[in-house]
Amino acid sequence: MADAPVLSPPRGLPRWAGWGIVLLACVALWLWGAKAAPWAFEWPRHATIPAARWITAFTKWLLNDASFGLFTFQDLTRFIAAVIDAPYRVVLSVLSTGFLDGQGSAAVQITPPLAWIAVLASFALLGLWAGGRGLAALVAACFLFIAVFGQWQSAMVTLASILVAVPLGVLGGLMLGILAWRHRWVSRAIRPVLDLMQTIPVFAYLVPILFLFGFGPTAAVVATLIYAMPPMTRVTELALARVPSELSDLGHMVGCTRRQMMWRVMVPSAREALMVGVNQVIMLSLNMVIIASMIGAGGLGFDVLSALRRLDFGAGLEAGFAIVALAVALDRLSQAAAARGRRPAVPGGVVARHPYLIAALAVIVVAGVAGLLIPAIQSYPEALQLSTGTFWSRVVEWINVNYFDALEAVKNFFLLNLLIPFKRFLLGLPWLGVAALLAFAGLRLGGWRLALLNAALVTLIAVTGQWEKAMITVYLCGISVVIAMLIGLPVGILAANSDRLWSWVRVIIDTLQTLPSFVYLMPAVMLFRVGDFTAMIAIVAFAVAPAIRYTVLGLKGVDPRLIEAGRAMGCTEGQILTRIRLKLALPEILLGLNQTIMFALSMLVITALVGTRDLGQEVYIALTKADPGRGLVAGLAVAFIAIIADRMIHAGAGAARARLGLGEARA
Amino acid sequence: MTRTTKAMRVLTASVLAMTAGLAQAQDSTDPIKLTLHDWTGQLITTRLMGDVLQKAGYNVEYVQADYLAQFAGLETGDLHVAMEMWETTGRDAMDASTATGKTEVFGPTGMKAKEEWWYPTYMKELCPGLPNWEALKDPACAEAFSTAETAPKGRYLGGPVTWGGFDDERVEALDLPFEVIHAGTDAALFAELESAYQRKAPIMLWIYAPHWAPAKYEGEWVEFPEYTAECYTDPAWGSNPDMAYDCGKPFGEIWKVGWAGVKDKWPGAYDAIKAFTIDNDEMGKMITEVDLDGKTVEEVTDAWMAANEDRWKAWIGQ
Repeated sequence: MADAPVLSPPRGLPRWAGWGIVLLACVALWLWGAKAAPWAFEWPRHATIPAARWITAFTKWLLNDASFGLFTFQDLTRFIAAVIDAPYRVVLSVLSTGFLDGQGSAAVQITPPLAWIAVLASFALLGLWAGGRGLAALVAACFLFIAVFGQWQSAMVTLASILVAVPLGVLGGLMLGILAWRHRWVSRAIRPVLDLMQTIPVFAYLVPILFLFGFGPTAAVVATLIYAMPPMTRVTELALARVPSELSDLGHMVGCTRRQMMWRVMVPSAREALMVGVNQVIMLSLNMVIIASMIGAGGLGFDVLSALRRLDFGAGLEAGFAIVALAVALDRLSQAAAARGRRPAVPGGVVARHPYLIAALAVIVVAGVAGLLIPAIQSYPEALQLSTGTFWSRVVEWINVNYFDALEAVKNFFLLNLLIPFKRFLLGLPWLGVAALLAFAGLRLGGWRLALLNAALVTLIAVTGQWEKAMITVYLCGISVVIAMLIGLPVGILAANSDRLWSWVRVIIDTLQTLPSFVYLMPAVMLFRVGDFTAMIAIVAFAVAPAIRYTVLGLKGVDPRLIEAGRAMGCTEGQILTRIRLKLALPEILLGLNQTIMFALSMLVITALVGTRDLGQEVYIALTKADPGRGLVAGLAVAFIAIIADRMIHAGAGAARARLGLGEARA
Repeated sequence: MTRTTKAMRVLTASVLAMTAGLAQAQDSTDPIKLTLHDWTGQLITTRLMGDVLQKAGYNVEYVQADYLAQFAGLETGDLHVAMEMWETTGRDAMDASTATGKTEVFGPTGMKAKEEWWYPTYMKELCPGLPNWEALKDPACAEAFSTAETAPKGRYLGGPVTWGGFDDERVEALDLPFEVIHAGTDAALFAELESAYQRKAPIMLWIYAPHWAPAKYEGEWVEFPEYTAECYTDPAWGSNPDMAYDCGKPFGEIWKVGWAGVKDKWPGAYDAIKAFTIDNDEMGKMITEVDLDGKTVEEVTDAWMAANEDRWKAWIGQ
């Protein structure tokens, strides 16, 4: 897309003239078109493309009849499920159930699972190996937190599925990324697929997945992979492209084969960037814990759901923070492992070469034997468990009783002055006008291909009968994104100036990203009732994380020499910020905006749970009516909105970069 | 599968059959998978069924599953039994599923879901005519239930749209000055109730039983004209001659459903599952013990098993 020429207006007309004409035409359509062309506002129902029916018919065929001759499509997916299931069973046995003979209630335990002390010590040793004492302490603290708050059993079930999903996601993403890097056509072909994988809400394709892969943890792992793999693929392709050509030249000179070239030269030298992908796979996998628990994966997600159904906020929060603890431990471990790099091998025997591994094995064996004698070593003693009990419920009650009226006033102000007028405005827009405007904006920013794409996607949303729900989606996510950016930018600017503040902010945004939103959604319902405002709070809380993260990334990356130069020329601090630092960080900030939008859209399914009427609710209804076509059509509409936003921002960032004279290299 | 493990299985099966003296020869020793959802009543029903089946010598396994997504598993035979499928909330998915012929309704559980408009007792002071539904027609009463967004109309918090319930139609047919707001999920419904109850603030919402809420909060159901089948189908019935739905909600059966293959694979278990019944009062008491008195589900189900030995023994033919 980037290679398409950017059209400029015909000579003689000022740059804004084109905009003026298109805007005028759209406003005219908006004001007076309702009578002349009602179909431009609401696509007539009888002409709606029955895409939902087609997709339902196709899924039926795929599930029941699709065949490769010797075996059916379902046989194939069941085989894949069995391949995933085998390692999962092993990990689950090691961490949670112990090795069993037989199934169900007739099963007999042959060996117990790893003792909790052994798991904790092994991960701490891993931390010591990867990052030293500080990391070891942090990881140990995370696992201790899980044990002390009585979440050990569930956490190990969750950890087992994460430990299977993450390597598969990383490996699959890496392979796809390498293919995409080698062949341009693969790259082109998978890009839209990756977009769809990341933006279609999981609920939309949950039912077909369950049929194909069977009900249970395996299907949960597959759903997790679909959602969590795309960033790895993208990062791989990007990282390989960035490997300095000197290195690949060197590889060719010493006569590497194609395979050696890839695994000995390219992948190791791109390792640091690849670890960013690994980190994203971990974070996104943990994001799926709640949904995975709905389809038989159990674990912490299930505890969160059932606690909130009892309105036991404390229990929900404890299980939620156990997920955060897992996320922090795994994330920091993977970061440290990436930063550690490869060190020269230590000469000596097996013990000298692998001190940490031997130590871990020793702890496991000793704890295993000791655990047979002393139960407290095998599983954390119940008597020593802590719980916040009803504390959090009482906090919410106190706020509710004392401040509800004040909160209600704030909410009503926002609703009446901002949310409702904006919603009415968007709902009144003709889809034809929106399509034209977006097409023109696409033409200006990215060329005719982007223009065509925008127009086609908007039209598809309208003619499949999703326009109204799509507009509610745009309204809810749009406002939330603006608020998230309004919070994220200043916080990011402050955090970029102070490392201490940044380390605190990082903990908070990591928490916001991995704490299941259900945990704070229900208290929010108590304080703000069901409806759009509560949904907005949940979306902002989730989407503010990338807004902050990328702002900091951009500001920290500004070349200090440029700032010095600004100072030398007598700029004030304010001028340095607005004229130099923010301007130079613009590409990253735009990337942050892009991610904020993606995060906001991915919250749609959750907000449907507090009574919004957007595409997320449509997906949810389709799930309850067992209608895969309806869900996928709504899911695709969400994906289309995301793709339009993504392509426009991408094009905008490209234009900004070109204007600032920054190369592609700083993406 | 190696020969030894197979042999061991046969051995285990025969040992089980001898000790329990029941599981018929043709019954499979594979585990019967029962689904667990995220509310207490269902956990209790399922554990009771599981305990009974185990007493009869069957191998059971519990799988955590979503209430609606589970049908995919039941149809393929990955899951086998779902103990609570509510007429009101699960009917569509259940009918769609049984139409494939791969799942089967195992009969009613004996529990009846009561679902109706509900309000806390303190609201009676503001609206003295309650629980008679006609009190709601009084504008002053409706206003007492209003919020800034709905005033002067009252606000009625209905269930998630997926539950159906015809509340929008009911409001219109009975000409009630109320606006129906749909909660997105069960948890949101009760979060709002908890919030209002703490502040003694007005609220009118959809509550169902068996559930812990009617035990925890003091309140009453609105008494609408009693439901009859004609009320929902025949506009002429009831106070509004032109519209249907001018009455209260029906009592909904709570069904047991499962994989159609259960009958052939575990015929004895199939009979036991079909025979299982329990009533609202028993269930309401057990739910309260778990959710409000802090007992575990296992404690409560063990107590029930001990107290009702005759009943469950009859289900498994002992």
